[in-house]
Amino acid sequence: MLGLGADLLWADMNRLLAFLFHQGVLDEQFLQLQQLQDETSPNFVSEVVNIYFHESEKLLRNLRGLLMEKEFSDYKKMGIHLNQLMGSSSSIGAKRVTNVCLAFRAATDHSNRSGCLRALEMLEHEYCYLKNKLHELFQIEQQRALAAGVRYPVQNN
Amino acid sequence: MAGGEVLRQNLPEKLEESPSGANELHVLAVDDSLVDRKVIERLLKISSCKVTVVESGTRALQYLGLDGDKKSSIGFDSVKVNLIMTDYSMPGMTGYDLLKKIKQESSVFREIPVVIMSSENILTRIDRCLEEGAEDFLLKPVKLSDVRRLKDFIMRGEVKEGEKRCCKRSRSEDCSPSSMTHPCDSSLLSSLSSSSVLSPLSPSTLSSKKSRL
Repeated sequence: MLGLGADLLWADMNRLLAFLFHQGVLDEQFLQLQQLQDETSPNFVSEVVNIYFHESEKLLRNLRGLLMEKEFSDYKKMGIHLNQLMGSSSSIGAKRVTNVCLAFRAATDHSNRSGCLRALEMLEHEYCYLKNKLHELFQIEQQRALAAGVRYPVQNN
Repeated sequence: MAGGEVLRQNLPEKLEESPSGANELHVLAVDDSLVDRKVIERLLKISSCKVTVVESGTRALQYLGLDGDKKSSIGFDSVKVNLIMTDYSMPGMTGYDLLKKIKQESSVFREIPVVIMSSENILTRIDRCLEEGAEDFLLKPVKLSDVRRLKDFIMRGEVKEGEKRCCKRSRSEDCSPSSMTHPCDSSLLSSLSSSSVLSPLSPSTLSSKKSRL
């Protein structure tokens, strides 16, 4: 019989996922990723997401670096970083981050520096939020996997 | 000695054709994004395809042996690819550039279907790719249903190629491209639920798509 803990954690995980979907933080592409996870690739989602985090943080640093330059004018370069960030965000189902990237890109298209700064701040905020929530999700999933592994109560003699 | 030749000589055993893998599609996926490479690789593996993923058009050409090293006599036998899926926006050689290079090649490579993937739904871009001979244009993010549909289409194409060759030999005067309808065409056009742009809703893509089957 599965530990009650595993069931509760499963419910927690689904509640959090449902919340994130409802808030538009994640979209169906995230579900697609989950479908790609199975016994042959049991950590697929967290692996991809961790690659995404690593790459995104680099791109965000580049974007901030560019915008902070006194003589900043390379909107094209910023556009390249943005497109990369937008692409990978959409690939993992990070809907809100993708949308902020779109708004950011519009600002670069109009060479609107203050618009870009505002968009970058929003982007950093959305990204942080996403990262925290996904970490929470993975933590619950890990705990659930552990709890599900406990078939009988541990005897302490 | 070109890097391409070294690459081919160092190919591990599993990349060569295996008799048991006769029905397995070998897909070469090209994307500069690591996240996307991981996803497409998994999408293809879970759809029972053999996958080779590379990060650029240059690497793709190297893998295929089309990197300009004509002196190499190892040739095409060691690498058999049934489908190439490439991202459009890549630094250096774009997916479109790669498509053009492949379609300019000798008959063996020109016949490999090339599918372009892009996160941008730009009609002129789509038209350009289809006119250059792309089999399909997929909007990112690519889904399992897209891969499955592609796989079915390619597998049927492989079977039909064999039948078509027999047909051409026996009815050489009767066979003309306009009179030969291909079942794959209608199935491809009718898959509206996917992110493929080859649907009856986009007339410009229909008019530019020529049957290459």
